[in-house]
Amino acid sequence: MIMNGRKITVGGGERRLSGGAEKSELFILREWQLMLCLYLFKCTESDIISTVEFNSTGELLATGDKGGRVVVFQREQESKNQPHRRGEYNVYSTFQSHEPEFDYLKNKTVKLWKISERDKRPEGYNLKDEDGRIRDPATITSLRVPVLRPMDLMVEATPRRVFSNAHTYHINSISVNSDYETFMSTDDLRINLWNLEITNRSFNIVDIKPANMEELTEVITAAEFHPHQCNTFVYSSSKGSIRLCDMRASALCDNHSKFFEEPEDPSNRSFFSEIISSISDVKFSHSGRYLMTRDYLTVKVWDLNMESKPLETYQVHDYLRSKLCSLYENDCIFDKFECVWNGSDSVIMTGSYNNFFRMFDRNTKRDVTLEASRENSKPRAILKPRKVCVGGKRRKDEISVDSLDFSKKILHTAWHPYENIIAVAATNNLYIFQDKCRAG
Amino acid sequence: MKISFPGFRTRSCGTLLLTECSAGVRNVGCSFSCSGCVSACTLVSFSTVLGCHPCFRLNMFSKGTKRKFSDGDEELSDESLVGARVASSYSLQRQSLLDMSLIKLQLCHMLVEPNLCRSVLIANTVRQIQEEMTHDGSWHMVTEAFCGTGQSPSERLVATEVLCRSREQDAEPKLFSVISYEGCREEEVVADETLCSVSVSETVSNVCLAGRIGQCWEKSELSDVERDEEALEDSRLGSGEDEEIDTEDGASTEGPKTIGQVFGTFEIKNGSPGPDSALEELFSDVDTSYYDLDTMLTGMQSAPKMGPYDLLDSLAPSHSSPSIVSPPNCRSDLNELDHIMEIIVGS
Repeated sequence: MIMNGRKITVGGGERRLSGGAEKSELFILREWQLMLCLYLFKCTESDIISTVEFNSTGELLATGDKGGRVVVFQREQESKNQPHRRGEYNVYSTFQSHEPEFDYLKNKTVKLWKISERDKRPEGYNLKDEDGRIRDPATITSLRVPVLRPMDLMVEATPRRVFSNAHTYHINSISVNSDYETFMSTDDLRINLWNLEITNRSFNIVDIKPANMEELTEVITAAEFHPHQCNTFVYSSSKGSIRLCDMRASALCDNHSKFFEEPEDPSNRSFFSEIISSISDVKFSHSGRYLMTRDYLTVKVWDLNMESKPLETYQVHDYLRSKLCSLYENDCIFDKFECVWNGSDSVIMTGSYNNFFRMFDRNTKRDVTLEASRENSKPRAILKPRKVCVGGKRRKDEISVDSLDFSKKILHTAWHPYENIIAVAATNNLYIFQDKCRAG
Repeated sequence: MKISFPGFRTRSCGTLLLTECSAGVRNVGCSFSCSGCVSACTLVSFSTVLGCHPCFRLNMFSKGTKRKFSDGDEELSDESLVGARVASSYSLQRQSLLDMSLIKLQLCHMLVEPNLCRSVLIANTVRQIQEEMTHDGSWHMVTEAFCGTGQSPSERLVATEVLCRSREQDAEPKLFSVISYEGCREEEVVADETLCSVSVSETVSNVCLAGRIGQCWEKSELSDVERDEEALEDSRLGSGEDEEIDTEDGASTEGPKTIGQVFGTFEIKNGSPGPDSALEELFSDVDTSYYDLDTMLTGMQSAPKMGPYDLLDSLAPSHSSPSIVSPPNCRSDLNELDHIMEIIVGS
C-alpha cells in the first residue's frame, strides 16, 4: 500500500515513501505511549491486517486487511483548547478495495484509489426533486441556479485506476517510484513496471521464471524503488540475496548491477539454513545510502557500496535458532516479517512473536523489546520493555522461550516519516504508539 | 489443480496425517497454528526424537561407526556405541524431516493461501536431504526399503497413527479447535483410498523417484510446461479449468505429483472475469459440504459481515457513514449461491 497525498495505491505489500529527516536522538530510552488501539471483535481470516502505511506527511495512516478492506486514519489538528488530545488519530475513511479472497484467484490486481472529501452539496436542481425524482418538465415554470449548501463531511473513496491481468502469481509488493509517474508490482517470479496513468499495459522488467518449473529453486520475495534515483530498484530472493538493478542498463533487468549476499556461516549450517536466510522484506533508508533486509532471525543493514557483507546485523530473536525444527513443523518458519526505518534512519524496527516488536538504535547499538497487547493497553499506558529469558534462572518479569505464543506475531509495522509515532499491527489489532515526551 | 478447496474429507484426512504429537515439542509448549492454514493445523511431530534437538548439523557425526563388541577396549566401544546411537538418531531425525517435508509439499494445496515461496523452500530442503543421503549411501537403502515391499507404507502410516493416538490420552489441551480433525476416525484413515493410502504411496514414490530426479519426471515435464503455457494463454475460465481438474486429478491418481505440478498449482489462471464465468466457476465445483465447512471456518455468512470497521463507522466522530464504493461481489455471490441452493433443495 502506498499513500501519496490523498491517493492510495493498494495492492500486495507495503512500501514507504521518503520522508523528512530528524536529528538523531537517544530515543531508545524514550517511553512509548499508547495513542490508539483498534480491536477487532471477530477473529476471522479476512480481518487479519496485511499492511500498515503512513503517508508522506504522517497525517494519514492506512491499514488494509485480508478481506480487502482499507481503513484510513487521520490525525487531528492540534487544538489549543484541548492540548492533551494533541494529534490523535481518528478514523477518516473506510472502503472495500478488493473482494475477500475466497479462492485467491483474484489477488493480482492493483487499484489506485482517490479519497476525496465532500462537505457541500448542490441544492435546487431544476429537473430533479430534492429526493432525486425527476420532475415533469411540464410543471417547471421557472429556472433557478442550484446553490451549494454545507453538509456533513462525507469522505468518499473512488477507484481511479485498476491495474490488472499482468500477474500470474500473487503480488507480494508494490513500490511507487520517486518520479511519481511509475510504480512496480512484484510477484514470486516477475516484476512489472506500470505507468500510473496507463492501466492496460505494463512492462516486464524482471523475470526469473525458468522454462521448466522443475528447475525453480528461487523466488522473488520483495522489491523496492530507490527513494531518490528513479532508475534504480532492488529485489530480494528466497535464497537471501539482494540484487540492485538499473533500468537504464537494459529493458529487461535480469542482469543486476549489484549483488548483495552474505556468505554462509559454516558453523551454523543446517537443513534450515536456506529457509531462514530467505529475505522477507527489503527497505531503502530514507537517505538512499543504505538498505535493510529482514530474514527469519535477523535484520541486516547494508551499505550500497559494499556487496560482500552487511554493515550491521541485529539479532531479532536468536533464541529461536534451537527451535527451528518445531517452527518448520508448524510453518512459523515461513512467516514474513517486515522492517522499517525511523525518519532519521537512526533506528530500525521489526516484529517478532508473542506480540513483541523490537527496536534497534544503530548509533548506540542498544535495543528494546516492546509488547503490543490488550493486557497492557489502557489509554496512554506506557510500554514496559520486555525480556525473553533464554536459559537459566528466569527473573520476575521475564518470559521464557517456551511460553511464547507463536500465533501472536507482529508482521507489519510502520513509522511516521519524521515523528516518533509508530503503528503496529498485531494480527487483527492495530496499535498506534507515540513518544511520550513529545506528547507533553 | 484448482485452488478452490478440495472436498471436506480430503482435508480432514490430510489433517489427521499431521496429527498432534506433543511429546517431541514439549520444549516449545505454546499454541500456534500454521500461518495461513484456516483449519488450524496443530503441532506436528513425526517422531518423539525430533523436537527436542537443535537443528541438524552436517558432518557432526562420524559416519559409518559400528558397535564394537571387542572384549578388551571398553572405553572405545562405549564411545562407538554413543557415536552409533547419535548417528542413528541423526538419521532418524533426518528421515523424519524428509517425511514431513514431502507431506507438506503434497498438501500445499490445502493451505488457505497458496504460497509458492514456501513450496520452493520446502522442495529445496528435500533436495538437500536427498543429496546428503545419497552421499551417505543411505539413500540407496531408503529407496530399497520403500520400493520393495508393499507393506512398508502402510506400516509407516499405522506407526504414525498409533504414535499419535497414544498421545491423545495425556495430550495437552488443544488450544485451537481443529474442526476437521475431530471428525475423522481411525477407520477412515486406513480405509480411505482417495487420500491417505494414496498420499502415503505418493510420498513413498516420491521418495523413490526423487532419487533419480529428472528421469522419472521427464514424461510429465513436457506436458506440464505445455499445460502451464496453455493456462496462461487460455482466456476462458470455465472450460479451461475443468480440463485442468480432470487431467490433474488423473495425474494424481496415476502417479506421484511432480515438483513442477506442485509449483504449477500456484499459477493464477487468467480469465475474463465476466459475470458468466464467475457463475460458471461457482457451479463448477459446488459441493455442499465444502460450502458448509468454508463458512464455518472462515466465519463468512451470507449475511453482511459485521466487521469491526462497521462499528468504527458508527463511532467515527465527525464523519457520517462513509460510502463503500465497490459492492462486495463475493457477498452477493454467496447470496446467490445460497438462493440457488434453496431452490435446488426446495426448502
